[in-house]
Amino acid sequence: MTPALEIRHVSHSYGPRKALDDVGFTVAPGAFSVLLGLNGAGKSTLFSLITRLFALQQGSISLFGRDLSHHPGAALAQLGVVFQARTLDLDLSLAQNFYYHAALHGIGKAEATARAKELLAAVELSDRANDKARDLSGGQMRRVEIARALLHRPRLLVLDEPTVGLDIGARAGILRLVRGLIASEGMSVLWATHLTDEVDSGDDVVVLHKGVLRAAGALVDLLAQTGASDVKSAFLALTAEPSPGIAA
Amino acid sequence: MTATFPPPRRLTPKAWLICLKGIVWRESLRFLHQRERFVSALVRPLVWLFIFAAGFRQVLGISIIPPYDTYILYDVYITPGLMAMIQLFNGMQSSLSMVYDREMGNMRVLLLSPFPRWFLLFGKLIAGTFVSVLQVYAYLAIAWFWDIRPPPLGYLTVLPALILVGLMLGALGMLLSSLIRQLENFAGVMNFVIFPMFFASSALYPLWRVREGSPWLYLVCQFNPFTHAVELIRFALYGQLNGLALAVTAGCASLFMLAAIIAYDPSRGLMALRGAPGARA
Repeated sequence: MTPALEIRHVSHSYGPRKALDDVGFTVAPGAFSVLLGLNGAGKSTLFSLITRLFALQQGSISLFGRDLSHHPGAALAQLGVVFQARTLDLDLSLAQNFYYHAALHGIGKAEATARAKELLAAVELSDRANDKARDLSGGQMRRVEIARALLHRPRLLVLDEPTVGLDIGARAGILRLVRGLIASEGMSVLWATHLTDEVDSGDDVVVLHKGVLRAAGALVDLLAQTGASDVKSAFLALTAEPSPGIAA
Repeated sequence: MTATFPPPRRLTPKAWLICLKGIVWRESLRFLHQRERFVSALVRPLVWLFIFAAGFRQVLGISIIPPYDTYILYDVYITPGLMAMIQLFNGMQSSLSMVYDREMGNMRVLLLSPFPRWFLLFGKLIAGTFVSVLQVYAYLAIAWFWDIRPPPLGYLTVLPALILVGLMLGALGMLLSSLIRQLENFAGVMNFVIFPMFFASSALYPLWRVREGSPWLYLVCQFNPFTHAVELIRFALYGQLNGLALAVTAGCASLFMLAAIIAYDPSRGLMALRGAPGARA
């Protein structure tokens, strides 16, 4: 089966500093994959490459079999993105933010209105549709961003540390929301985080450390591979210095 | 669980139009939200017209030069320059918005669209031009009460010139926005782009007078695309076409647009060359 996301031999440098070194892994269709890495692991760089904000220097990235470099439009049409930094237009209402996003995907107002209504209900913000984005709390903004990312019915949702800066309640809420939406929409997810407690038993895990892939696969396999009893121990073992020598 | 998804949405001509409309709508809405921007866009040229031009009316006589067929007041002479000034400031304002969008992350939403990047940037350019043309006509409406009354048909014949000048200055602003890393650096644009472009042009004084005063400055003015933008508007406002001005303005608009597209291309542009977080769109 064609992977939702296939990353092959991707390397990226900022001048002399190497941010990613020969990284490769796949996200299976319908899978919830967690990209685990400490600050500076290269997660955001990888996101910038997947979303084509940076150009690939080495390697290739495909979404559902479509090469991002050769078919960027077709690839991006199947991708929903939630960045770590807020990207809502604060001066626009939630509904207007949705219309703008819809227009950028060639979706007309009637369809956008219906879809926005459905998604705002899913994130329990139907009553705030006409409020300015700046009037929302951090957690609410994040929920809106997730809903907006789903507006054009992407098949793969990528989220870069979506719970950063949120309190414990909001974090749990966001995670629950995305897992629920994924179950109902049936899409694939790549969720980047440095928080091991966001990993669930059925998830796939990709561990990135200082730009190098340390492990990739189902959580159960990862635990077996490291001999650890939980995700946190496995993650610490994989990212310990010097390298424990466990290959992907 | 793997759901059945519809095939990727085809980018039909209607979808392209929806995208373009969306970009123009968003820019217009932003402009409407920023009432101060609209007011200042009008106040700036009106201050020049009401105060500067009134003061210099008696000092600077304007001889009969094309496209005018009689002696004109200084107020009339500087009106095309002030119209172009509105568009120059608007182009730079759009550039400022793009830097702001990049810092706030909104730019990423635009660049994630499946439409080609050149089309998205062109959409931004069209939106900025649309807003600048509205500002110019608002200025002309007020200037009418100050006895600045070009031929009625001139209000129509000047429209294509305003669109082309708006595109040229907007594209220049877009190119500059790719060079500016942070909002704080934008003040440099005022000093190194707006003021030199405006003052070293035919906006405030005819070039034959400049040549009398300084042949060197005359040469600079001749090479300044803003001079040709002003002249294109001046002639069009009187139902005439200045071929050289049209060629230079159209050429510069294409050149600046091409450079801006390259600058925003992740594989070739300046943004990519810089790498690092500051380069992120």
